[in-house]
Amino acid sequence: MAMSAREIEKAICAALPDAEVTITDLAGDGDHYAAMVVSGAFKGKTRVQQHKMVYDALAGRMGGQLHALSLQTAAKD
Amino acid sequence: MSSNPVHDRIAKEIAENDVLVYMKGTPVFPQCGFSAAVVQVLSELGVKFKSVDVLKDAEVRQGIKEFSNWPTIPQVYVKGEFVGGCDIVKEMFEQGELEGFFKERGISLDV
Repeated sequence: MAMSAREIEKAICAALPDAEVTITDLAGDGDHYAAMVVSGAFKGKTRVQQHKMVYDALAGRMGGQLHALSLQTAAKD
Repeated sequence: MSSNPVHDRIAKEIAENDVLVYMKGTPVFPQCGFSAAVVQVLSELGVKFKSVDVLKDAEVRQGIKEFSNWPTIPQVYVKGEFVGGCDIVKEMFEQGELEGFFKERGISLDV
């Protein structure tokens, strides 16, 4: 079962309420997405830590239910 | 050391190889676009690396995700440090940070 872009965005925003999330369905198949996430919670964190926060928000679905999510993160001022 | 033999094996591999890539397939025949992208970036920089094909070893395929607390493959380790997956390695490369990252850690780049 794939996840919809809306579900991905909801899951991320539930964990990071200030996040600005932009999701692109790369292949149009509902299974390969790119997400840009900008949040104040990323400030002072390494990229690995930032990506882990997003993966945590997706609560184990990444790499399973969600096959491919290309991720880019940035700290919001 | 953990009590998990697979994790111990992974820790040993990471300690023994300056640049180690856990990937799907081999550098010559990657079996996944994300793994291929990492190989391409490292090759472009002229970084010598060792790779582990997780498709050949189900224990490592699951074990590396737990070991790094990271849900996806590929995964790149440099001098024992987890650098990230495809997105982070590509971003570092595109922003011109990756070359310096290797040089700071004494990894030689043969262009």
